[in-house]
Amino acid sequence: MSQDIYIVIEHLRGQVAEISYVMLAAGHELAKGTGGKVVAVLLGHNLSGLSSNLAASHVLYLDHPALVDFTSDAYHNALTILINENNPRIVMFGHTSIGMDVASGLSARMGLPLVSQCREVHVDGGTLKFVSQACGGKIMAEGELPAPMSLVTMVPGGLKPELGQSEQPPEVIRMPVVELEGIRITLKDYIEPEIGDVDIAKESVLVSIGRGIQNKDNIELAQDLATALGGVVSSSRPVVDQGWLPSTRLVGKSGKSVKPKIYLALGISGAPEHTEAITGSNMIVAINTDPVAPIFSLAKYGAVVDMFDLLPMLTEQVRKVKES
Amino acid sequence: MNIIVPVKLVPDLVEELTIDASGTALDTAWLRMIINEFDDHAIEQAILIKERTGAHVTVLSTNVEGVDDLLFTAAAKGADRLIKLNGDFEGGVNNHALARAITDIVKGLQPDLVLTGVQAHNDLDGQIGPLLAGYLEMPYVGCVSGFTMNNGQVIARKEYPGGLLAEMAVRLPAVLGIQAAEQPPRYVAISKIRQIMKSTIIEEQAIATLDSEGGPTIGRMFKPEVSEYAIMIEGDINEICTKLIEVFKEAGVL
Amino acid sequence: MVTTAIPHNPSFSETFISSLYKGENGERFRSCLQCGSCSGVCPFGSLMDYPPGRMIAGLRADEFDLVMETDTVWMCVSCYACAQICPSKIPITAGLMTRTKEELVLAGNVPSELQHALENSQRYGNPMGESPRKRADWITGIQPQVTILGKERRPVDVLWFVGDYPSYHPRVQIVAKALAKILNTLGINFGILGPEENTDGDTQRLAGERGLFEMLAEKNGRIFNKYQFERIITSDPHAYNALKNEYPAIGISYPVQHSTQFLAERIDQLKPLLKQEVPAAVTYHDPCYLGRVNGIFDEPRMLLEAIPGVKLVEMAHNHASSLCCGGGGGGMWLDGFQWEKAHARLSEWRIQEAVDIGANILAVACPYEPPRFEDAIKMTQQAGKLVVKDIVELLADALG
Repeated sequence: MSQDIYIVIEHLRGQVAEISYVMLAAGHELAKGTGGKVVAVLLGHNLSGLSSNLAASHVLYLDHPALVDFTSDAYHNALTILINENNPRIVMFGHTSIGMDVASGLSARMGLPLVSQCREVHVDGGTLKFVSQACGGKIMAEGELPAPMSLVTMVPGGLKPELGQSEQPPEVIRMPVVELEGIRITLKDYIEPEIGDVDIAKESVLVSIGRGIQNKDNIELAQDLATALGGVVSSSRPVVDQGWLPSTRLVGKSGKSVKPKIYLALGISGAPEHTEAITGSNMIVAINTDPVAPIFSLAKYGAVVDMFDLLPMLTEQVRKVKES
Repeated sequence: MNIIVPVKLVPDLVEELTIDASGTALDTAWLRMIINEFDDHAIEQAILIKERTGAHVTVLSTNVEGVDDLLFTAAAKGADRLIKLNGDFEGGVNNHALARAITDIVKGLQPDLVLTGVQAHNDLDGQIGPLLAGYLEMPYVGCVSGFTMNNGQVIARKEYPGGLLAEMAVRLPAVLGIQAAEQPPRYVAISKIRQIMKSTIIEEQAIATLDSEGGPTIGRMFKPEVSEYAIMIEGDINEICTKLIEVFKEAGVL
Repeated sequence: MVTTAIPHNPSFSETFISSLYKGENGERFRSCLQCGSCSGVCPFGSLMDYPPGRMIAGLRADEFDLVMETDTVWMCVSCYACAQICPSKIPITAGLMTRTKEELVLAGNVPSELQHALENSQRYGNPMGESPRKRADWITGIQPQVTILGKERRPVDVLWFVGDYPSYHPRVQIVAKALAKILNTLGINFGILGPEENTDGDTQRLAGERGLFEMLAEKNGRIFNKYQFERIITSDPHAYNALKNEYPAIGISYPVQHSTQFLAERIDQLKPLLKQEVPAAVTYHDPCYLGRVNGIFDEPRMLLEAIPGVKLVEMAHNHASSLCCGGGGGGMWLDGFQWEKAHARLSEWRIQEAVDIGANILAVACPYEPPRFEDAIKMTQQAGKLVVKDIVELLADALG
């Protein structure tokens, strides 16, 4: 029985997902309380270079041909062996397409308690605690992470990924070869997303325009800011209806729901058909010349200012910050 | 082919949520329940498969407020068999308990495929789909937005971030966690549902015990701080720009 | 994503086709002259693959399936212009358009925006999906306080059936407050249902969901039964139409007036109180379900002319020929769909007419209209300073 915190590193096609760093940061929080180590668990086949900036005391790397691509069966089998051998205090997964597939199944098969949708963790006295979110973020639930061992799935937003990154590559311990049997799932193919216009539902920065943009030519001002911030331009209905932007950019009831890190609403009044699709945003900032535009009740920050006065200067300043 | 679709009713977020007196759970007085959106997609996907292949579709759910309506609506869409599970669901039940409770029932229905929503917004102890798959010892793929059937296996399209899809071949019987059906859940006219209510029976089965072992104990449930109005940024253009830069940093985009 | 495609194509059964002929006055389909008036007057006629006249031709030629391969019927805004102009008095709107929509809805073929509105109506008693508990939030701050009958069980003279948009939509809540002010000024003993009120269901009925309409009407009927009142008034022409013409058929019958009728009856009491000048050229848009369908044209104009300073001007299409704003009959919920086809909104054509006759104020008497026309103004370059106001807003302004 160890007090180590195991972080199952999430990776896909050679890239470590950002949630892995969030988890490592969470792991460090918990390790303060348990006195154990933060161990990165890497499952795969012929992996190299993935562990170089993981902030972990060491990496446990289990290599097997069946792990070349993610399947829940292969991960279950590998982790069962790992957990039985090491009995860590916590095993953490991302609350993602990968993590969700594995964590619950493992909980059922191994009879281990599972806490999901975890936003942050901390140590209180000697107890390990979690705060999870539910009901679209409207409800938070707090409790203790069950002992002697718990599984956890983490969501982003509560801890900064930078805290899970390290300049010093950790030691990589290669696990002895194991048998992974009874795998009933195989990956056949990956299908790349269509190249063409963007999928605003997957963007983390949206500079969104409404009626206030007034004409097609002005969209360039919004585009410049979007480019500077590394995002894309989206819009409410009227802009798409006018044909100034393709319907793929439509945010709203008859368009897409979006959940960016930041939704910058420029000249958008905030009609319900539009705002219902932006409530998943991490942060909404509204710029409007109308001081009583409904969008201000939904936004975290607002400014009553003419966007045409604001945009060029704001874009300049963003570029300056990015260059430094 | 036998398709089983377990579905959950979850709190409707249109209504204000309040915490009960104990401070550890939702107040059920004003709570309205609505079908878990992803389970609705699972029903739609099952009906689509039925329309293509003549499969038999069974929908099951727990006896909470709104379950009859949910089941009759599923029948009006084309579900063949409806099962309502009776048990003590007062005060909410976690997914471990639900998954355990339905394992034998689902096994008894001899499924080729179990379709259920990939998650529900009130999950706090994992998701019912993969938990059930674990207890049934069946393979599981989640975040599925379409699949084809092929010689005793399913080719499921699993969604990854950024629009990437993975085609996974899964041996049957299997459990799939549905993210999106191939088309949005169809509309059913009220008159059709009313008609179905006259001609369809909902079977009832009892659930002996509910064992929530495996889920966390909630010490405290609360609502996060929400400000009612935007924090207004004042000043001249320069000052507003400077403050917005800080805001962008706070949002993690700069 | 904007939904235009209807997923499956239904085949229209013999039963359905013969039911059209057997419907009220349905035999008149056989006396269609193919004069083309209906297609000509239909606001979206030129954009339909099968405008009303051709739909009837298709019906009589037993080729209705061809008609249904197009999305024509979802372009219909149920404005009754066709039925009104037909020389053979064929009940085109109710007997063909609505019936066809019903059949499509039964087959599950509904554009997705409309689907959400229908599902919300069933679940929450309003098409917007707002919480029923918040239906009376708009009364906050009004003095004397508006009576909610469920809370203060007492007999009232007037039950004010408020409606969805006046209850929930921020722009239209202003109109509701204005009407409350006028009723209070006139000393009317009135109450509202608040959270117990459900959408009247008329627009849902016109969009093809007969079963949903009946369910909503039955619910409202049960609520009406709980309270004591002499009459119902409403500012919503659709609710007026439902309560007056459709509810009695299912056993729910009360005296009902549109707010303009109610106020016009009290013009002698109201006029002396209208002291503030509203100096403006005002044009009045006859809502389809108040004007063309129910013949109420004079009372709204009477109220406007009672306001000092108001100069009433008429648009090119007025009274029975009024141009539909495109909102009723489910049009509100087919916006994206119809836009994809038409790339024009009926509301924008109407604004152009108001601009053409030099109006300063476009006066309306239907809750869908203020937001609809205000949106249209923003998209119409020449609209300039044209302002949209409900008649009761102008009356409230004139009260000072």
